[in-house]
Amino acid sequence: MRRFILCHDKKYYLVILLAILSFKQLSAQTDADAIMMVKNNFCTGLMYSHSSWSNYWEGTSKRNNENLGTVSNNMYAVMGNYGVSDKLNLLFGVPYVQTKASAGTLHGLQGLQDLSLWVKWNPIETKLGKGLFSVYGIGGVSFPTTNYVADFLPLSIGLQSTNFSLRAMVDYQIGNFFATASGTYVVRNNINIDRTSYYTTQIHLTNEVAMPDASNYQLRTGYRSGRMIAEAIFNQWNTLGGFDITRNNMPFPSNKMNATTAGVNIKYNIKAVDGLSLIGSGSITLAGRNMGQASTISGGVFYIIDFSKKTKTTNSPAKEK
Amino acid sequence: MKKIFISSVIILTAVIIAGQLSCSKLAEGRTDAIPALNPAKTDIDAGNWKPVLLTGPTEFAVAAPAAVTTPGYVAELNEIKALQRNMSKQQEANIAYWGAGGVLRWNELMRDLVAKYNLPPYQNADGSYPIPSAANPFAYPLFPFANPPYSARAYAYISAAQYDALVAAWYYKKLYNRPAPYKTDATVLAKLPQTDLPSYPSEAAVLAGVTAEMMKLLFPGEIANIQQKLEEQELAAIQAGTATRSDIEAGEALGRLVAQKFTARARADRAGAAVGTPADWAALETTTAAKGEIPWISQDVPKRPPMLPLFGRVIPFLFDANTTIALRPPPPPLTASEQMKKETAEIKDLVNNPTRERIRIVHFWADGVATYTPPGHWDAIAAEDFITKNFSEVRWARNMALLNMSLMDAAIVCWDTKNFYYNPRPTQLDPSIKTLTGLPNFPSYISGHSTFSGAAATILSYIIPEKANAYQAMASEASLSRMYGGIHYRSDCEVGLTTGKKVGDFAVARGKTDGAD
Repeated sequence: MRRFILCHDKKYYLVILLAILSFKQLSAQTDADAIMMVKNNFCTGLMYSHSSWSNYWEGTSKRNNENLGTVSNNMYAVMGNYGVSDKLNLLFGVPYVQTKASAGTLHGLQGLQDLSLWVKWNPIETKLGKGLFSVYGIGGVSFPTTNYVADFLPLSIGLQSTNFSLRAMVDYQIGNFFATASGTYVVRNNINIDRTSYYTTQIHLTNEVAMPDASNYQLRTGYRSGRMIAEAIFNQWNTLGGFDITRNNMPFPSNKMNATTAGVNIKYNIKAVDGLSLIGSGSITLAGRNMGQASTISGGVFYIIDFSKKTKTTNSPAKEK
Repeated sequence: MKKIFISSVIILTAVIIAGQLSCSKLAEGRTDAIPALNPAKTDIDAGNWKPVLLTGPTEFAVAAPAAVTTPGYVAELNEIKALQRNMSKQQEANIAYWGAGGVLRWNELMRDLVAKYNLPPYQNADGSYPIPSAANPFAYPLFPFANPPYSARAYAYISAAQYDALVAAWYYKKLYNRPAPYKTDATVLAKLPQTDLPSYPSEAAVLAGVTAEMMKLLFPGEIANIQQKLEEQELAAIQAGTATRSDIEAGEALGRLVAQKFTARARADRAGAAVGTPADWAALETTTAAKGEIPWISQDVPKRPPMLPLFGRVIPFLFDANTTIALRPPPPPLTASEQMKKETAEIKDLVNNPTRERIRIVHFWADGVATYTPPGHWDAIAAEDFITKNFSEVRWARNMALLNMSLMDAAIVCWDTKNFYYNPRPTQLDPSIKTLTGLPNFPSYISGHSTFSGAAATILSYIIPEKANAYQAMASEASLSRMYGGIHYRSDCEVGLTTGKKVGDFAVARGKTDGAD
């Protein structure tokens, strides 16, 4: 729990950055920030995100494709974070996704994608030097909410795999400046596709696709106060296995999809309305493999509902430990 | 600090455990663990079956084998016994793999190669497209571009050559009547089901030899890999106790000779000219426009020449080139007609209202880029049914040859029709139509999937009559999938199915008279 950013009524707000990690894999990233909801507070909100790319990496070589033009992706997500205790939060997120290609004949797709659930635990928070040091453990599961089409990349809305994630995260804050680092391992279950065979580096006579696991590293740093957060985010997603798209081939769910993205994220608590916050973020893709070089902008609005006893509290200064 | 340490250990341990969960996620193939082929009949008289190209089973002589009492033969038995000692797991696995059936496994390997090579070349800087060259198969674009007509022909040549080679092999098996090694020597282990089928020449080696030799023509960049498969299959046959070195050598030699006859036919069957020239491509367009019809135009960017537009002139297996023209169906609805408007509107309505089930059907049958193509899909359907029938290798080959000759000839008739009428796709007549699968780069009428499926369902219904209704239902679904996908009109699909059926009927007629029934 970041007590430095305590704002009205001990409420903490939720931050969600939706990173477009793969051609369209989405990840609710609140689970990757070092902010906890206090006990019995529920923060929920809506996010909109637009992502697009014209260039992509076919294996390691970058190209465009005049038969796709610009591939774009709109996402509308509902998210929430509930404080079971000050040290333990439960989070969820579920997006609706639309895809479109600006050129060529391919049909875009749309639908409800994966539901993500997270448990976020903050076992340690201690003074260290001049600042405050915290450790977090985050466990998550995500699974498709519908039988959407995975095997129509780059226009499918997701990859259909049920994923289990474990993340270790540390945060250090001095005054209003902070840095957060996390590492995640993602176990991805096999998926089933509509056809009875497919080619990776060999033919597979089955509709089951072995999905390689993935890892994710993230660094976030910037300014954090009770009123606002402004941070830079560096993210590295690696698929641990998988294969490259061959020359002029189509992408496939079990490709080796890697991406290095950099972005900024700003959250602001509206002074006039207690518990209301706005979020805006943007990111670009610096490097990748078997993925689009996506640029993403997002915006969201969140509100905190306090389910604890209706004791009127006043704006209080940061609670000292 | 202790708390920090303990918590960190807990979190890290959990991350490591998550990493371990990732093991054993192999997606097993449907034919990975099938039992060994154990034919219900040896088909000992298959030497009398009618070959496709050979003048008769004795066109290529196979010398009489040494008697089983000779020192040379005894030495070969000793080789088997030595090879059967301390076999590696990999060698045991190879016996199980090849023991499931040589025709099956080579067909699967072919499908693997077709999927690998089924990639349209990337454009040149000037917007033209490079054409793969058989003379330089390793340069980009790799030779071949194993598109549907190319692969239909490849499957047919492999299957027909395997069939002829096995007919000849069966003739000599019966003639020379040399028993399997495990029958001549009780200390040779039989690692596959025992059979009364004579072992000289080895059917495994015939298949290896005929297929490897054909592959030089069809997949010249894969010769080294194919040779390795040949060696694996032959070693598996020896280590299984089913063939001696001389059974293998005679078989491989016979197979290669038969393949050379098919290769000579292939070099002269006009497929080499099927890609056409820029003048040919222009003529197709202007001829159609001169008739007052809207000609097909490539919707690839940059515009790509039509796929093998002269493939309709390739010499078929089941009938002559004049019959190709006789089988060409009447024209599609005129591009300006009310009927065509109605059919285009039908496709637009379908793609604008896709259901999940229709998308499943589209993708189940799409068999597009980087797949083994519709002929390969029908081979897969057939192979998985043949597995349940316990056919002998020669009957497997005969049935696969009937199927794949149908599919090749269906491709010929279909491509003749496509490039004769040169009819535009729905997406050309109405660019607001968006497709749920890749748009094929050749004219619309008639649907290739429908023609292939009509032919395949017809011959498979003859081979396995109890599944006739199922095959017809599959063909109808495959045909409809092209409408659901937004890439074909109803006329393309319906006429494609009936035209395919006519091609399939030629294979049925052949099957009824080839001596195998």
